[in-house]
Amino acid sequence: MDYVKIILLGLITVIAAIASSWARDLAYQVHALLIMVISFVMFIYVLRNTGEPAKATMEHDGIYFDGVIRAGVIATAFWGIAGFLVGTFIAFQLAFPELNFEWGQPFTNFGRLRPLHTSAVIFAFGGNALIATSLYVVQRTSGVRLWGGNTAWFVFWGYQLFIVLAATGYLLGSTQSKEYAEPEWYVDIWLTIVWVTYLIIYMGTIFKRKEKHIYVANWFFLAFIVTVAMLHVVNNLSIPVSIWGSKSVQVFSGVQDAMTQWWYGHNAVGFFLTAGFLGMMYYFVPKQAGRPVYSYKLSIIHFWALIFLYIWAGPHHLHYTALPDWAATLGMVMSIILWMPSWGGMINGLMTLQGAWDKLRTDPIMRMFVLSLGFYGMSTFEGPMMSIRAVNSLSHYTDWTIGHVHSGALGWNGMITFACIYFLTPRLWGRARMYSMSAINWHFWLATLGIVLYASSMWVTGIMEGLMWREVDDQGFLVNSFADTVSAKFPMYVVRGLGGVLFLSGALVMVWNMFMTIRGATPATAAVPNATANATPAE
Amino acid sequence: MADRKVDKETGVETTGHSWDGIEELNNPLPRWWLWCLYLTMIWGLGYVIAYPAWPMVSGATEGVLGWSTRANVARDIEEHEAKNAPLVTALLGAEMDTLTDDADLNRYAVARGGAVFRAQCSQCHGSGAAGAKGYPNLLDNDWLWGGEMAQIAHTIRHGIRNDTDDDARYSEMPAFGDILEQEEIAATVEYVISLSSPDHDAALATTGSELFADNCSSCHGEAAMGDKDIGAPNLTDAIWLYGGDRETLTYTIVNARFGVMPAWGQRLSEEDVRAVSAYVHGLGGGE
Repeated sequence: MDYVKIILLGLITVIAAIASSWARDLAYQVHALLIMVISFVMFIYVLRNTGEPAKATMEHDGIYFDGVIRAGVIATAFWGIAGFLVGTFIAFQLAFPELNFEWGQPFTNFGRLRPLHTSAVIFAFGGNALIATSLYVVQRTSGVRLWGGNTAWFVFWGYQLFIVLAATGYLLGSTQSKEYAEPEWYVDIWLTIVWVTYLIIYMGTIFKRKEKHIYVANWFFLAFIVTVAMLHVVNNLSIPVSIWGSKSVQVFSGVQDAMTQWWYGHNAVGFFLTAGFLGMMYYFVPKQAGRPVYSYKLSIIHFWALIFLYIWAGPHHLHYTALPDWAATLGMVMSIILWMPSWGGMINGLMTLQGAWDKLRTDPIMRMFVLSLGFYGMSTFEGPMMSIRAVNSLSHYTDWTIGHVHSGALGWNGMITFACIYFLTPRLWGRARMYSMSAINWHFWLATLGIVLYASSMWVTGIMEGLMWREVDDQGFLVNSFADTVSAKFPMYVVRGLGGVLFLSGALVMVWNMFMTIRGATPATAAVPNATANATPAE
Repeated sequence: MADRKVDKETGVETTGHSWDGIEELNNPLPRWWLWCLYLTMIWGLGYVIAYPAWPMVSGATEGVLGWSTRANVARDIEEHEAKNAPLVTALLGAEMDTLTDDADLNRYAVARGGAVFRAQCSQCHGSGAAGAKGYPNLLDNDWLWGGEMAQIAHTIRHGIRNDTDDDARYSEMPAFGDILEQEEIAATVEYVISLSSPDHDAALATTGSELFADNCSSCHGEAAMGDKDIGAPNLTDAIWLYGGDRETLTYTIVNARFGVMPAWGQRLSEEDVRAVSAYVHGLGGGE
């Protein structure tokens, strides 16, 4: 096995070296050098350890595979801070264009930092949170250790490499210009390998489960992993211009390309940021509340309705474009029918608190879960509303969309992730609880206030600019120039930036709290309970 | 299922499973939730019948309302065009120099031209038309190529120093860095400054005045009042296209300037060219 690894790593090092010298553009060259260094270091490491007797390992089927989850929790916090920081910075770049510093051109201009921000928060922060929590949850609810052993470490480090390649690629100007799918072809191929491995580990664990039934959280996680794999592959079908360069050409073109892109884009929201996070919700909310899930029936119905409907909703991103009317109609209708299935998750989460509502007074973590469900409910109402053609003709291309996305991303995804981190950190490092409960309270209020400032300022500017754009005089001529709307938005842009500062400070408080909790602690091992004893008898 | 028990807090049965301690209550679907779901489905059904929705072998169902985004926008445009048709005809037939005499026509032209300006011209000249460095302010009465309606229309239609239109306004100032010595340029700069500002070195300016007469006056005129036929700016009015400080003026004289404007006649309709001319003329400085 070691010899295969040595040969493989040696080959990768050599090929990367060749690629870096033949590289046709800067991003490709930097990436080739990066891969060369990583594979060379691994090559030396494996070489030095070959033939050594295998270290006695503590890891066996009796305990959960939690090391990778600890790493995932830390990576989530790290990328979260990075993503929020870049987001806050580019918010101020929009308010004060001088922040596009001359010395930093072209690497730090808004156009390159913006995808860095969106990918950092969605894929690095959200993705690490999803991978860590899903691997935690699938072990607990299946009653078995993770399938595949150290393969999970490949998924973890492979995913980090993907993030680094994507992020540096953006700064160096490598992008295929598809929103949330900016990385170029070789980064896409790498992610596909990592993601399929993730799927195999996840399925493997479910297959060898000791519980008779698959818990609802796992349905959502599985739907998320499978669908994201499909979306990623189809939307990134492209042909490289050269295997020594980063540029590639999309297989689809024109309106087909746009449709594929937003089929992908909307389902990145639907399956990555909704289904996956609902998986988190279905485990951690009942755990934190210590209460049973409100309704099994509701979870089945809303799961299948959500999965069925989301996949249709993409065309509502392309109202009043070259997309045919019929496609836009279907996208809009499915989006509106999606409203209740989305709310099913909120109801099931909130009603799980029946009999435990008093915890809201005493438990700031519970409060975060509840607030995240509140924002989830609000954005899943706002979304269908904005998909209505008439509303969309006002809201499209305005900051309203940005506000909508952030009330979902900061409020729902951010808050529930923070709550999960507060749930996991003490358990994974063998502490009774977080170092400071009042710091969690501070985080809660800083983040909440930040979201309120963000969302309300974007509603104001969004609706204002939408109205200014469409304002015509009695002869049918436009009244405002585009620059008029930009200057009118300035005060709200400052407010939005301040909202970002508050949200970021809350996250920094969290990182401090995590650090104080973990400091000096030894990683905790959790025994897999004798699952056969708990298994339900045949019906 | 055998293990069903009743939850003490709510009195509801569980489903009997437990995953890592998590149980599920056997609550029915909330009624209001279910009814809202049915309602959106029924509404959806109606909507896809009313509007274009289902792809077929060739084309898609058109919907019983016969609604179409393209038809709607075409109808809106047609409506406005029909309403404005007499004014457009009048605008196309009008003599540019007497356009302002017809109040109704002028009002229409200015409104239309304003819309064109905000969409096409504001990027360089500013949404308030106050210009920027290198892009003339259109609000004052200082005109490089003439401020009469017909002159403005010509500038807009053919542009300035572009290579797409043979009738473009054209002139080129030499780069005096290759012609004059540094001290001579400094003296010329001082003279140019003296024309509009008391804050100058009089002795140096006197030297400069001779250099000006020899090198510059053929275009800018003996009195430096400029020449609109060749776009030579008036240097006496303290209105500067690129800047009137010593550093900028030195740069201008050493390297020369070559401001370009596209030929809008190739991009806009004739009525739009006329309308935007009327708008610019009406901004305050038209002659």
